[in-house]
Amino acid sequence: MITSLLLTPLVTAFLVLCIPATLRVPIRLVAVLGGALTVWKAIALFAATQPGVASLQFEQLVPWASVAGFSLAYHVGVDGLNVGLILVTALVGFAALAVSWDIERQTKLYYVLLLTMITGAIGAFASLDLFFFYFFNELALVPTFIMIGVWGRGPDKTYAAYKITIYLTLGALTALAGLIALYVQSGATSLDIVELQKLLATNPLPARTQFWIFPLLLFGFGTLVGLFPFHSWAPDGYAAAPTATAMMHAGILKKAGLYALIRVAWPLLPDGLAAWLPILAWLIVGNLLYCGFVAMRQRNLNLLLGNSSLAHMGFAFLGLASLTTIGLTGTVLVMIAHALLAALGFALSGFLQARTGTVEMARFGGLLQRLPFIGAVMIACFMAGCGLPGFANFAGEASVLFGAWKSATPGAMMLAIVGAWGGLVIGAVYLLRAVRQMLHGELAPEWNKLVEFQTAEALPTAPVDDHEASTAGTMLTWLLHSVLGGTIWSYWRRLPYLMLLGAMILFGFAPVILTSRIEPAVKLIVKAATNRAATPAAATAMSTPVAH
Amino acid sequence: MNYSLISVEILVTLLGLGVLLADLWIRPESRPALGWLSAALLSCVLALSLGALNPVDGSAFGGMYVLDGLARYFHGFFLLAGIIVLLMTVEFRRQLPVGLSEFFALTLFALVGMLFAAGANDFILMFVSLELITVTFFVLNSFQRSKIAALEAGVKYLILGGVASAFMVFGIALIFGSANSTNFSVIAAQQGALSHSPVFLAGLLMVLVGLGFKIAAFPFHIWAPDVYQGSPAPATAFLSVGSKAAGFVLLLRVLFHAVPQIAVEWQRLLVVIAGITILYGSLCALPQRNFKRLLGYSSIANAGYLLLGVAAASRTGSTAVLYYLGGYFFTVLAIFTVLCCVADSVADDEVSSLNGLGRRAPLLAAVLTIGLVSLAGIPPMVGFFGKFQLFAAVLEAARNAPLFYPLLAVGVLGAVLSLYYYFNVIRAMYWGDVPAGAPAVTVSMAAKVALGICVIGVFFLGIAPGGLLRLADGAVAGLKFAPPAAVKSTVAAH
Repeated sequence: MITSLLLTPLVTAFLVLCIPATLRVPIRLVAVLGGALTVWKAIALFAATQPGVASLQFEQLVPWASVAGFSLAYHVGVDGLNVGLILVTALVGFAALAVSWDIERQTKLYYVLLLTMITGAIGAFASLDLFFFYFFNELALVPTFIMIGVWGRGPDKTYAAYKITIYLTLGALTALAGLIALYVQSGATSLDIVELQKLLATNPLPARTQFWIFPLLLFGFGTLVGLFPFHSWAPDGYAAAPTATAMMHAGILKKAGLYALIRVAWPLLPDGLAAWLPILAWLIVGNLLYCGFVAMRQRNLNLLLGNSSLAHMGFAFLGLASLTTIGLTGTVLVMIAHALLAALGFALSGFLQARTGTVEMARFGGLLQRLPFIGAVMIACFMAGCGLPGFANFAGEASVLFGAWKSATPGAMMLAIVGAWGGLVIGAVYLLRAVRQMLHGELAPEWNKLVEFQTAEALPTAPVDDHEASTAGTMLTWLLHSVLGGTIWSYWRRLPYLMLLGAMILFGFAPVILTSRIEPAVKLIVKAATNRAATPAAATAMSTPVAH
Repeated sequence: MNYSLISVEILVTLLGLGVLLADLWIRPESRPALGWLSAALLSCVLALSLGALNPVDGSAFGGMYVLDGLARYFHGFFLLAGIIVLLMTVEFRRQLPVGLSEFFALTLFALVGMLFAAGANDFILMFVSLELITVTFFVLNSFQRSKIAALEAGVKYLILGGVASAFMVFGIALIFGSANSTNFSVIAAQQGALSHSPVFLAGLLMVLVGLGFKIAAFPFHIWAPDVYQGSPAPATAFLSVGSKAAGFVLLLRVLFHAVPQIAVEWQRLLVVIAGITILYGSLCALPQRNFKRLLGYSSIANAGYLLLGVAAASRTGSTAVLYYLGGYFFTVLAIFTVLCCVADSVADDEVSSLNGLGRRAPLLAAVLTIGLVSLAGIPPMVGFFGKFQLFAAVLEAARNAPLFYPLLAVGVLGAVLSLYYYFNVIRAMYWGDVPAGAPAVTVSMAAKVALGICVIGVFFLGIAPGGLLRLADGAVAGLKFAPPAAVKSTVAAH
């Protein structure tokens, strides 16, 4: 089931590869249909996952390669930690494919790269072998570089492309060194998470070894998440990336680092965690306050969103640092909710950029008059970012704060207060200010003629004269428009935004859909992560179904 | 005397002579066919060498030559390299107006040298095979006589190669003087006594200087960038794959067959050389604008990575070296084949001349991207799994020698730096502007075959590393690795 989900975007990429590059509309159709099929399969997987069960479900293990003392296995499975993340990956992936409908240059290459990225993200979350986790996680790197370079925005795109690539690689390689060290020091015969957990539960590593392996994982994976002070790649990268890449990175790929920390660093290295927790606490303050303040000063909407997403990552780390079941559950909820939020935010800013050619907030004003739908979605999105109840983000952030208050860790009280202030007050300031500046007030005269979604009348009545486009492709677009009619067409263009917003509201009103699956899995992680004087019986591997 | 053990070498020598003779009778325009024919015949030799010829291991010429797992692994390696380089030369023929058949023949003779190096179990045979490689490359490197850079490449390789050979000969003399033998197995038997003989150790060090030249390790790397830049692309490719691999197989044999105990004692030296080589290669590659020169520095950095596995002095490390070489092989040959393909339609070897290749020739650009990404060590390409193995070997060795931790940090740093210079080329291809009036890029059948083999190799070994890994692991089974604890006891005994 997971494998077929994983193969869907990959096979779609191959199909797209087989279509001649001039047939743009068929390329888009195939890519979007593949994305829709991925969503369908992800929903089916999510629905089929039993709530209240801690053990892995739909596990699949295929031995891959083995030599004396080392083996690799294609090992996938889901539990509460990753099934929700896989679902939002499919949703965000589909939305990213759908909002890219207007890409005219090298369309084929664009969709192949984007589908590769989606495959990599789903694979990373589904993998239970750390080798494959790394493998899938890095699959997105080269597409990111090329996409920023070829379709990127702004004058600094080359700088941003190098910056994001080098930062992400440095982080990934540091984490890889930590993972290999974990494998070598534990004497395991593979990098399988289940095997490592079983092994380390009975023979934990000495505290001294844990002390130096843990920071490799924390800072390595932390760089991928944008942990202060290794975060500066994120706003620059997102601002320069094309809309879909920014959506995938800010929404999904960033979470892979957090996921690895929850899955690997926390339960396997409890002593290392305890030793580094005070330092982590300070870095969280950096994320919450520093990035929040930086976001306040931004004039460019993309940079504001990028910095605000870093501030939100502070919440995710805060939940992790609380070492309580409710806090970690909150972290996973925040990850899922923020994936939807960040993707929606960048989709909206991408829409504005496509229509107006700018994301300088000062140049806007009163846009709600011309863009009622986009404006309304943007207000909802920013409200969710402020932590308004009713959106999934509120559920997550509230749980994180509960967890932080309940935490036995010294200093966590102070952190909880800082988190509340930093994340919520500062967030409210810059997000509400952005709403006022861009959407309310007088409509700037230069946007008088702004059209939200082209209706049938506004469409060209005959194929446009575009020497680069193939006549057949343009004909087909024109045909699609006239057959579907302007109304259906404009609903289709609204779909990605509505889908992301809808998911945010659904999980906001019924977080139990997620928490009933997350909580049992998280309990095991918390138990292992707080099990410092590790005794054989205590750290139960997650492969044993325990009904607590 | 068991001549059948060297039947692969004999067959390739005969093929080389045959090509030289055939050149006398065939018309100039059908010379490319000679390349095809040689490649086809080499494929037959490769197929034979895998099974039908010599199913049993053994040694010949009084133990000078040995056919074992390591030799078989590298026989396959070199033969496949020879096939691809010949195909590459067919594609490159318009840049080699005179002496195409000689180019084929010299490639084959260099190949014979490499094949002998794979089985050398004696310092004398080692020297002879290395000289065979070096002397043929003197000619191959300056084959484009009209280009001043090619002559410079030839002269530099000649002089520095001569110096390295001199070191090696002198070292071998010292070794013979103190050990009364040049045979690896004989020396291995008496290494306990020899490890205290300064004359022997000095001789061994000089031999390592010679091998360091072959693999382009710091501080014997100076020739690499100039030679890479000036030589014709097929010669550079063979140099960076074949000659480097020959150096490494000999290094492994000398260190872990002849003197495993001394190898462990010299671990520190190897660690330092590996670290500096990685840093030097990576840092110098950063500002390069000439693509072939960049590949020269990249080849230095890669020698450093391979040395990580040698320095680890363990079976895991040597397996990783063999695996990394296998992946490096397909990666580098893919890159150079693309260079051969575009040689006729770009202005020069500058990175900027590849501008817009992503739109001019999407397929070649994709292959080049795959190759560069693999060199940078990013999955799913083979380069990643090679680095993964090497890092694992280093961390394993670090359990006994903490010096390996900084070495790992250097390795990670080098990998991050390499990303910058490899991705510069990708940037040029995908978002550089197509130069005005650029001719169309055509790819011949020979290049398509070579590219196909390489790309399949890069992906297959990256995604399913099991097969080659088992092969490499079996190949190093004959090497001996002194346990690190033994070192401590000998040190304590002093």
